[in-house]
Amino acid sequence: MRVGLFVPCYVDQFYPNAAIATLSLLKKLGVDVYYPQNQTCCGQPMANSGYEHLTKNCNNLFIDNFAEFDYIVSPSGSCVLHVKDHLHDEKREADATGIRHKVYELVEFLTDVLKVEKITATFPFKVGLHQSCHGQRGLHLSSMTELVDQPFSKPMQLLNQVKGLKIIELTRPDECCGFGGTFCVAEEAVSAKMGKDRVDDHLMNGAEFITAADMSCLMHMEGILKRKNSKVKVLHIAEILNAE
Amino acid sequence: MSSIKHPELSDIFNKDEERVNWHDDTLWWIRAKRDKAAHGISEWELLRETASQIKNNVLSNLHNYLIEFEEKAQKNGIKVHWAANAEEHNKIVLSLLQGKGINQMVKSKSMLTEECHLNEYLESNGIDVIDSDLGERIVQLAKEPPSHIVLPCIHKKKEEIGQLFHEHLGTEAGISDPQVLTETARIHLRKTFLTRRSALTGVNFAVAETGEFVVCTNEGNADMGAHLADIHIACMGIEKLIPKKKHLSVFLRLLTRSATGQPITTYSSHFKKPRKGQEMHIVLVDNGRSVQLGREDFRNSLKCIRCGACMNTCPVYRRSGGHSYHNAIAGPIGAILAPNLDMKEYADLPFASTLCGSCTNVCPVKIDIHDQLYKWRQVIVKEGYTSSAKTVAMKVMDFTLSSPTRFKLAGKIGRWTLKHAPFTVNNRLNLWFKNREMPEAPEESFSEWYKRNNSI
Amino acid sequence: MSRATILSAILSNQPQTTQLPEDLQFDCPAKAAVTEKFIQMINLIGGRVVEIQRIEDINLYATAHYGAGERLITPIEELDFYTQFAGDEDPHQFENIAFAVFKTHFAVAENGAVWITEDRMGARVLPFICQHLGMLVFEDSIVSNMHEAYQLIGSQDYGFGTFIAGPSKTADIEQSLVLGAHGARSIIIFLLKKEL
Repeated sequence: MRVGLFVPCYVDQFYPNAAIATLSLLKKLGVDVYYPQNQTCCGQPMANSGYEHLTKNCNNLFIDNFAEFDYIVSPSGSCVLHVKDHLHDEKREADATGIRHKVYELVEFLTDVLKVEKITATFPFKVGLHQSCHGQRGLHLSSMTELVDQPFSKPMQLLNQVKGLKIIELTRPDECCGFGGTFCVAEEAVSAKMGKDRVDDHLMNGAEFITAADMSCLMHMEGILKRKNSKVKVLHIAEILNAE
Repeated sequence: MSSIKHPELSDIFNKDEERVNWHDDTLWWIRAKRDKAAHGISEWELLRETASQIKNNVLSNLHNYLIEFEEKAQKNGIKVHWAANAEEHNKIVLSLLQGKGINQMVKSKSMLTEECHLNEYLESNGIDVIDSDLGERIVQLAKEPPSHIVLPCIHKKKEEIGQLFHEHLGTEAGISDPQVLTETARIHLRKTFLTRRSALTGVNFAVAETGEFVVCTNEGNADMGAHLADIHIACMGIEKLIPKKKHLSVFLRLLTRSATGQPITTYSSHFKKPRKGQEMHIVLVDNGRSVQLGREDFRNSLKCIRCGACMNTCPVYRRSGGHSYHNAIAGPIGAILAPNLDMKEYADLPFASTLCGSCTNVCPVKIDIHDQLYKWRQVIVKEGYTSSAKTVAMKVMDFTLSSPTRFKLAGKIGRWTLKHAPFTVNNRLNLWFKNREMPEAPEESFSEWYKRNNSI
Repeated sequence: MSRATILSAILSNQPQTTQLPEDLQFDCPAKAAVTEKFIQMINLIGGRVVEIQRIEDINLYATAHYGAGERLITPIEELDFYTQFAGDEDPHQFENIAFAVFKTHFAVAENGAVWITEDRMGARVLPFICQHLGMLVFEDSIVSNMHEAYQLIGSQDYGFGTFIAGPSKTADIEQSLVLGAHGARSIIIFLLKKEL
């Protein structure tokens, strides 16, 4: 099984530790993982802004980089959802379709493909899990409070295996943080307010760390935490699952 | 027409953070009640799916259902009118009133008449209109449009309502007890009901099979108006039809649980024939609906039963208020309906969302609201209703991201700037920085790290 | 004519016909459970249940709660305050009704609603304009849910029919629930128990 590691553009540039943790976690679990060096971005920032027609080059590049792998894994539910929903290429539609079916967000790859039942990580802290919307409502990483359904949570399933880690309960378990890609600047007032409210929920319930399967939400919440001079830190879930 | 768009209107709304918190908490509480009601019905998701399929069938056979409805309604003694647009709708209502020499009307809640701006039209033609739903009456006194389709004055605090009642209904200054204010409105509006010869109501559902229509209220205002008036005019969008009476079971189970968490509205009144000596009219209104029906990606927005659940759950709506949508119907559903009416005017609305998808999950008829928001964005850009600055920025982004070399260089420059010249981004021009710190720039990117550690 | 324009636009724009779903049916709980659920719902939505053994018991309730000067009305012949209706009364004459009682067709346990049609109202406006409302419900007429309700309604003909669930209410002012908006301020369900 050859796995291609897809590292979202902003993770590559600003949060290399999340990508490093993803890579070493996969290696630790015995996965034959590769990082294609010519990758850039899935094109979501343009598509969500209404410019999906400008993503042809990104799509093309994505197929060049990832078509050969059995699985493509990424530490971002949002980028994976974009690829799953929107990756197309007129000339190589079969490749595009293949990728759409074999691209996985890290958590679901661990729980559904590798069926990981034992994580050898230690993280003795109180952690708030932020349910990133695209991972949750788009990829169904966990049940959603709106639906009448059996409760489940793939991220929780993994975090529960981490030694010492204590999950805190949130008042609103799956409200959006307000990042929303270009929404964060196009609708600055609402975006910032949503972020503040989300962060406050974690703070009021005693989180020492906030984690998520999406770094973009965490980047947004980190910006707010820092502005508040809060000691609470954000960490991508891969960094916790890889913590020793 | 508003030249101030959603981002600016939300910015203004957010100047008073305490009020935003209050607005958000109030609506979240309703969302929580909705959840409780939904989770109390084990077959909830089956109901949603069934409702969705019924509505799909309605849209696929709307032509015949409308003809069937018209025929049955006429047989029942109801007069049926057809209006292609808002203007025709307003004219029909006016001529019905003028034909009876009536210059005063009482009206229960109808979002369609808001959409058509009926009140302004009638008032400019000498007809006095009084809205009888308490929330609608309150915003009418405040000379504001409703900010929510189910809870018209959800943006108003009780002290402000007390002040309005003091000014208009003569209550003592400083009274803000909802019980007292509601009692005042009851007495005031009872006089209205008893003196108006004409009543206009909305329609929640119209049954093709029987020619009857159903109006749901908690207050009883639609019934009070209709049963006391000589002429009852019911206005409905053509999409309000359902095929058979038995389908009401599905919709009445879903509607109020989704809207407020109640098991059903206090009154679900089935109007089939006019009362002895009374005239009953139905105005069937298109106003862009047949166009929307032809838009494959957006037609199923016409399945909407106006429960407002998508507004209550929307984290953006809760923190921007209904008026920030500058449209009769606010929130996520408003944002996918409005561009059909005027793409330029409402080009901002599909962008007033993080695409979190909660709206789609609460929708009792399973409209794929957040997917349609995404699709409207594509249409709006293609039709040229976005700013040229944004288009330039997106083209630069495409140029950068389509080449690994350019991407890596841009990343390096970006990180260098953040590290060594933070003042260039940490300033007023950077909207991110207004309320958030910029991410810390690492020494090396992941790809640089990878290259260093995995050189083959 | 706009009718033709609208219909032709719809005809050319509507998608291919899709099928209607199957009717939903759910297992019926035991009768006792249905009654219990109904009573629970009535209390939840702000109503009150008074159990009675015979229709005439309503008279006792009425005399205990309303004075001589108050106007009571009912189209139920068994009651002392029965009024005959011709069907074309001016509805405005009912504005001062203190208490009105009606015989329902059936009630629904899942939401506390009762179904009543015009022929049992005397006048359409009555159940709405009266200050306080009484509804006679036969225990064995309570159904479990709305699907059963519409099966019972079937093709029943009426000029006007309504489900009434609780007193009129509003929460338009800051979501504070207030009973007694424009319709009845209170509702009493007179639950006629089956003969033992």
